[in-house]
Amino acid sequence: MKIIVLMKEVPDTYGERKLNLETGLAERGESETVLDEIGERALELAVAQAGQIDDVEITVVSMGPTTATATLRKALAMGADRLVHIADEKLAGADLGLTAEILSAAIRRAGFDLIIAGNVSTDGLGGVMPAMIAELLGVPHASTLSSVDISDGRVSGIRETDSGSMRVTAELPAVISITDRFPAARFPNFKGIMAAKKKPVETLTAADLGIDPEALDTPRSIMLAVSQRPPRAAGTKIVDEGDGGEKLAEFLVQNRLA
Amino acid sequence: MMTAFPADAILVLIEVMPSGALARSAAGLLGAASDVGTPVALIVTGADRAASAAQAAGELGAAFALTADPGTDSSSLAVPTVDALSAAADLVRPDAILVSNSIDGRDIAGRFAARSRLALAVDAVGIARDEEGIVAHHSVYGGAYTVDCAPTFGPPVVTVREGAVEVRAEATTPQVELLSVTPSGAAAATIESFEERAVTSSRPELRGAARVVAGGRGLASQEQFALVEELADVLGAAVGASRAAVDAGWVPNSYQIGQTGISVSPQLYVGIGISGAIQHRAGMQTAKTIVAINKDPDAPIFDIADFGVVGDVFTVVPQLIAALSARKA
Ligand SMILES: Cc1cc2nc3c(=O)[nH]c(=O)nc-3n(C[C@H](O)[C@H](O)[C@H](O)COP(=O)(O)OP(=O)(O)OC[C@H]3O[C@@H](n4cnc5c(N)ncnc54)[C@H](O)[C@@H]3O)c2cc1C
Ligand SMILES: Cc1cc2nc3c(=O)[nH]c(=O)nc-3n(C[C@H](O)[C@H](O)[C@H](O)COP(=O)(O)OP(=O)(O)OC[C@H]3O[C@@H](n4cnc5c(N)ncnc54)[C@H](O)[C@@H]3O)c2cc1C
Repeated sequence: MKIIVLMKEVPDTYGERKLNLETGLAERGESETVLDEIGERALELAVAQAGQIDDVEITVVSMGPTTATATLRKALAMGADRLVHIADEKLAGADLGLTAEILSAAIRRAGFDLIIAGNVSTDGLGGVMPAMIAELLGVPHASTLSSVDISDGRVSGIRETDSGSMRVTAELPAVISITDRFPAARFPNFKGIMAAKKKPVETLTAADLGIDPEALDTPRSIMLAVSQRPPRAAGTKIVDEGDGGEKLAEFLVQNRLA
Repeated sequence: MMTAFPADAILVLIEVMPSGALARSAAGLLGAASDVGTPVALIVTGADRAASAAQAAGELGAAFALTADPGTDSSSLAVPTVDALSAAADLVRPDAILVSNSIDGRDIAGRFAARSRLALAVDAVGIARDEEGIVAHHSVYGGAYTVDCAPTFGPPVVTVREGAVEVRAEATTPQVELLSVTPSGAAAATIESFEERAVTSSRPELRGAARVVAGGRGLASQEQFALVEELADVLGAAVGASRAAVDAGWVPNSYQIGQTGISVSPQLYVGIGISGAIQHRAGMQTAKTIVAINKDPDAPIFDIADFGVVGDVFTVVPQLIAALSARKA
């Protein structure tokens, strides 16, 4: 079974993340970059499945800057079998539609039975990529899963929505997205790190996938204006001396919040 | 007879709850649409409920209501609604298509935008119109930046953050039409069962709530998390949580506030036993007033709190509840 895991490099959320006020693009180099945590959980799920199902091949597909290869190699040390990295200067600032087209083309080229993605990335926060890719590939998708079961050519799981939870099933090939209820990834061990050095890494451009990022026949989402909001300042801080709850009640009442 | 739709039509997908009622996001979506054009509602629901749902959409400002019956297809995930949205967009030729940024809404908008090759703007907090068309306003990186986006051409598909739009449209009697939809036959996942979350009817929903009380790891156990709920009920607030509290299994997934959970912008946010990690702050720091109770004077939540109490939640919160209840009585 061919499992594709979609992972991306993102600015570390523990640092301050910045947008360039002219281009509206995330400032690379401003904060440290890491593998998106939700993507690591997706890979952890794939690796766990590989331990249970015969003949699983895990391919990580990622679109991001050339410099991301170093970050992405960690995925190989964590247990992925190969990496397909789409890096192309023309893709800097790609919108959701273009990203979906690129990823779908790379997935089709690699071949797939199951595609595992995160429900939302921690930088773009779109939460739409898995559904877009499923549509472009013409396969079912089951999003926002908090548990997954793969057997007999189908994937099923519990999908958490705003109003409740549902049990969903899809025939493979399919796309699924998972939430952060899935376990965090294990740290790669020494053996994994050594093995990763021999695993294949393929770097592709948009042209390799037959896509022209500058084609004018498809509408793209563009940034018109970016502005920065002043950071929030701290207000009053009191230490409870037995009447902290009452003082807080007074504050709420005075401000018509209670 | 074919209805003629106005040139400034904004197509709005209205979600219908399992109970048949319109989702709470409907008012903000129709309000946003009325601000920039003529709202045309699309309602995908069983034929027996269509008339009342269309009327309810009219009360929220829909000038036109298209209804589509998914029939036996209703157990397919997202695809039948995407098919209806495609048919509606072909018919109406709108200036924009608005969908709630809910979990279901994002799936539908993503598939629809990919299918129709339209530009997609996600998690907008408002929309406007300029000479070229519809512009979406976004609040990104936890509200640190405001970004305006528009498509290079064509109508944008916009998912709108629930609770972000305050404009409300005037009630009207909509012109109702049954939409004919040709199923695309696109492969879909099957919904095998659905368990609606038991709703505490007196308590507001987290998305879009005016007041939020959120609890974190500091509550130490599921039993003690009840303190959060008690305070929420005294304040008429929704209940939220940090990821640590969700991970501990004290509350469901949908309570999570933060970067990978829900973004809230209430009038009042009260954080109890929450440290204020950057990923949590990303989902609440646009609240008008922030209040925090934490025993650690250096907890980062205090850096953004308008009023902070350094103290034990198990003494401060019961006293707060008692003081507020006494005033009410
Ligand atoms: C602050 C900000 C706001 C943006 N707003 C918009 C907007 O409104 N409209 C628009 O068209 N574009 C927007 N973009 C650009 C958009 O985020 C990128 O196209 C992005 O690469 C894909 O979207 P996402 O990260 O939001 O994906 P999500 O849909 O949140 O990602 C879900 C999952 O899809 C997979 N995935 C997503 N991207 C990649 C990738 N590059 N490589 C591999 N796997 C991936 C991962 O598994 C991920 O967990 C925005 C970008 C930023 C930084
Ligand atoms: C990619 C990524 C995404 C994330 N997304 C989210 C997200 O969406 N939402 C989110 O919340 N987190 C998210 N996190 C996790 C985040 O980093 C924190 O781990 C989490 O927010 C901590 O939750 P907490 O404040 O409840 O717990 P802690 O950080 O452990 O804080 C508990 C606090 O309670 C206080 N306390 C303890 N006992 C008492 C007492 N008796 N009285 C008063 N105070 C007490 C302590 O002083 C402490 O400050 C994410 C992390 C990553 C890496």
